[in-house]
Amino acid sequence: MINPSESVVVQDVSKSFGKTVALQSISLSADKGELFGLIGPDGAGKSTLLRILTTLLLPDAGNASIAGYDIVSDYRNIRRIVGYMPGKFSLYQDLTVEENLKFFASIFKTTVAENYDLIRDIYIQLEPFRQRPAGKLSGGMKQKLALCCALIHRPEVLFLDEPTTGVDALSRREFWDMMRRLKKEGITILVSTPYMDEAMLCDRVALMQKGSLLQVDTPAGIIGQYNLPLWAVKGSDIYELIGLLRHFEGTQSVYLFGDSIHLATKDSTVTDTLILSYLQKTISSNIEVYKIEASIEDCFMSLMESEKQTIIAG
Amino acid sequence: MAGQNVIEVSDLVKKFGSFVANDHLTFSVGKGEIFGFLGANGAGKTTAIKILCGLLAPTSGKATVAGFDVYHQTDKIKQNIGYMSQKFSLYEDLTVKENFRFYGGIYGLSKKQIDNRINELLGTLDLLHVTNESTHALPLGWKQKLAFSLAIIHNPSIVFLDEPTGGVDPITRRQFWDMIYETALSGITVFVTTHYMDEAEYCQRISIMVDGRIEALDTPAVLKKTYNAQTMDEVFLKLARKAKVSNS
Repeated sequence: MINPSESVVVQDVSKSFGKTVALQSISLSADKGELFGLIGPDGAGKSTLLRILTTLLLPDAGNASIAGYDIVSDYRNIRRIVGYMPGKFSLYQDLTVEENLKFFASIFKTTVAENYDLIRDIYIQLEPFRQRPAGKLSGGMKQKLALCCALIHRPEVLFLDEPTTGVDALSRREFWDMMRRLKKEGITILVSTPYMDEAMLCDRVALMQKGSLLQVDTPAGIIGQYNLPLWAVKGSDIYELIGLLRHFEGTQSVYLFGDSIHLATKDSTVTDTLILSYLQKTISSNIEVYKIEASIEDCFMSLMESEKQTIIAG
Repeated sequence: MAGQNVIEVSDLVKKFGSFVANDHLTFSVGKGEIFGFLGANGAGKTTAIKILCGLLAPTSGKATVAGFDVYHQTDKIKQNIGYMSQKFSLYEDLTVKENFRFYGGIYGLSKKQIDNRINELLGTLDLLHVTNESTHALPLGWKQKLAFSLAIIHNPSIVFLDEPTGGVDPITRRQFWDMIYETALSGITVFVTTHYMDEAEYCQRISIMVDGRIEALDTPAVLKKTYNAQTMDEVFLKLARKAKVSNS
């Protein structure tokens, strides 16, 4: 049964390497033209899943299909229609920028000219270096070239494995702008990232941890399911504040978030006045306490904690 | 007060051919300070860190680390600093204890001193139970914490952390910063790079490099005020965008 709007379908996929379980019965699907994020730290299983979907690895159990093609029996068809940018730079270091691009175009039986409009915005930035060996490019430029090479045959589905890891905050933004433009071209994108804030830029995300899915939903949907009262607490000595809040009886969890502390309280009986008066017993300087909405990172940590509790309880 | 500073840098220049990687850097870092060293990819951070670790001689200018000169006393510098990067941290085919003995041995600690440090450092981490386990099977978060402990096994004056939390889960990332904070309280200076802008807020002072120069250096609070920004992320973007414009 193939639903034509579903571009990527994953059903109960598992994969182990020796004793290490990399993926544990993963199911998800991405619609055509969707920008779908796999969000999680190293060891979550993101790369393994992407390698299975690009037909580079066989799953131990479960099924998956790309644009209706089965990843095991129709792997040849899948390889024609997908683009893949691995986490590790994998282009030919001793070929120039131009040669790499021509090479990838020719193995997909197309030309750079034919699909130039798709990569133009990105390639323009590489143009000044087109005679330079790929190995001699800066990190940001290498990534742009890798993206061009993954796009040159105008794939239906694009798989990007941690394209923004180790990349500075500005280059990360630029990379996400590029992905949004590609989405407008109707390309389905599955992108993995360890940066929780990037989840907000996806249509839907799968939060992953240690080979399992914690949750799959829209970013707003995930935030909507965070069900504890959440407060921001600010003051001049943030480490002193967090130390005190760890011993506050109304505290469910407390984490540093940049210049503030995010405090989740056990229930709605805990008010800002209560929190303030507790802190003011020890601290005389100015303290701010106000209600906030959860971020994806708050949600991820709360899911990690409840996961841990289930394991202990089970 | 020069005596209180663990790093003193003035007019430091490093050129590779005609390319100026570090363009007259001047700054100092105090004892027990958590100093954030930020910049876009290619801004010159790695070059500066290599010089400060005694791995690369500058072209001109002055710099001392833990009181030792980066031109002539690089061996002394290496004995008095710790270093940890995201990429290489532990010997994965050695056990945790063997890693400690190896690093401790390199820094000339006695067997007794090493055993004491193992108990001390693993005790704080609540990881004494993995002492005899092989390192490679441990969760990434534990490995990063162990790598940090190894980097300070010899009680250095300063520890350099190069993107120590890349790819680490959000809870472990925060536990890692607790360790950084405790380490700084014990008097060890922490010199840290990161691409997580929320982590920039945890530093006492931040420098932001742009095209080989230190474009901004102050506390996070002052920087946000100066650049009229709500977050360090905004400060960083404003500075990095300026560089882009001047390059094109």
